[in-house]
Amino acid sequence: MDVRPEYDDLTIGVVALQGSFAKHAFSMGKLGIKSRAVREPEDLKLIDALILPGGESTTMSLLLEEEGLWEPMNEVLETMPVFGTCAGAILLGQQVDDERVRCFNKIDYKAERNAYGRQIESFKTSLIIPTMLDHDFHAIFIRAPKFREIKPGVQSLAVFGVDPVLMRQDNVLVASFHPELTEDPGIHKYFVDEIVLNSR
Amino acid sequence: MTKELFEVKTGLAEMLKGGVIMDVTTPEQAKIAEQAGAVAVMALERIPADIRRDGGIARASDPKMIKEIQKAVSIPVMAKCRIGHFAEAQILEALEIDYIDESEVLTPADEANHIWKHDFKTPFVCGATNLAEALRRIGEGAALIRTKGEPGTGNIVEAVRHMRTITTEMANLSILRTDQLMAAAKNMGAPFHLVAQVAETGKLPVPNFSAGGIATPADASLMMQLGAETIFVGSGIFKSEDSEAMAKAIVQAATFYDKPEKLAEISEGLGKAMKGLDMIEINPEDRMQDRGW
Repeated sequence: MDVRPEYDDLTIGVVALQGSFAKHAFSMGKLGIKSRAVREPEDLKLIDALILPGGESTTMSLLLEEEGLWEPMNEVLETMPVFGTCAGAILLGQQVDDERVRCFNKIDYKAERNAYGRQIESFKTSLIIPTMLDHDFHAIFIRAPKFREIKPGVQSLAVFGVDPVLMRQDNVLVASFHPELTEDPGIHKYFVDEIVLNSR
Repeated sequence: MTKELFEVKTGLAEMLKGGVIMDVTTPEQAKIAEQAGAVAVMALERIPADIRRDGGIARASDPKMIKEIQKAVSIPVMAKCRIGHFAEAQILEALEIDYIDESEVLTPADEANHIWKHDFKTPFVCGATNLAEALRRIGEGAALIRTKGEPGTGNIVEAVRHMRTITTEMANLSILRTDQLMAAAKNMGAPFHLVAQVAETGKLPVPNFSAGGIATPADASLMMQLGAETIFVGSGIFKSEDSEAMAKAIVQAATFYDKPEKLAEISEGLGKAMKGLDMIEINPEDRMQDRGW
């Protein structure tokens, strides 16, 4: 995997309140890209892009509000590229089937949590992502959400069955599965190369 | 047993990292836990402190009660079965429990064998007091390890002992030459391939959480600083004076475990933590951590 010289100047923030944040930092590390844990508003000033990891959306939403991160994050996300996986993808949508979860409304869909069922329905599968990778991607779905009322501005990059599972709208990339749990950093690389570096 | 399924099992544990899993006995408590920011709840009929007090045989919970808790919350619901009681585990799997805890808190059903956890699609968490025990459980298919600590005591001393033992033993393995690993596996009584894996990576092949005696935000911080990736709180929340405040505070402590100023703020005015038990007050035969091997 080619490491680009532009990577040296980048710092990718990973919201590190709860969930798979360390795995995302590890995926970035594989690309030779620095990451920074975001737990307080000041952390947002030191990053070029943001990742919202997988985890429990109710827990994350609560901690975002309590730590005073929600408002400043909402503000920087007006322009800053962001990548959300699973719970992160739920938070970036317009709305979710739980009033306690406060969404950022940065991508035009509504999320339905645990749409495949409980853990016993969690699974791993191979995805074809033609616009991104020349090989299949091993995708791990954990109590994954589905997305409804997807607006035309949202580009579907991969589907599982009939459901879009990897989508992009401008600077926002989302996956209902967990690229951070897979050895292959291909999707993280796409986020950096096509979205983060292109938005500079 | 494919590697793929195992990744799906450990995957859920990855999602729970940096969080708190709380013991609950009613749908109301489950809602309080979720509202406070718990990443999962453990549904059981009696919390460990009450099991210790009441005596008798502690078994898996009534499916009706488990279902009510599943209905009350959207976060993952775990439940306990007795050590070696694979029929209880089968019932929990049929209930679509998200994680099964083969737990020393309940009365063991088999003194010779733990459950062969590879047979299940539902992931298992198991307790361990040292590295060899952790690797035996992983060998049987556990996708998550937690310290046993001494449940229901509100006393952190045993969880600290177990976490320090596990991390020290992992460090000791990592300095061995390859030609010493078979002897190490023989002496530990642990599967060779897992011993070799720990020697190479310096960490457990599955997430490493902590349970048993956590009663304050500072306890949670201590265990996270010693290497725990997530905290189980059993009796510590619903045996404290102000359960809601304590639950919220421990959730915050799991995130800001390395920020003392923040912890000072979090720990302020929480009311009394659970009373707790000194280890010398517990008869050796009543020690839950000695159940299983």
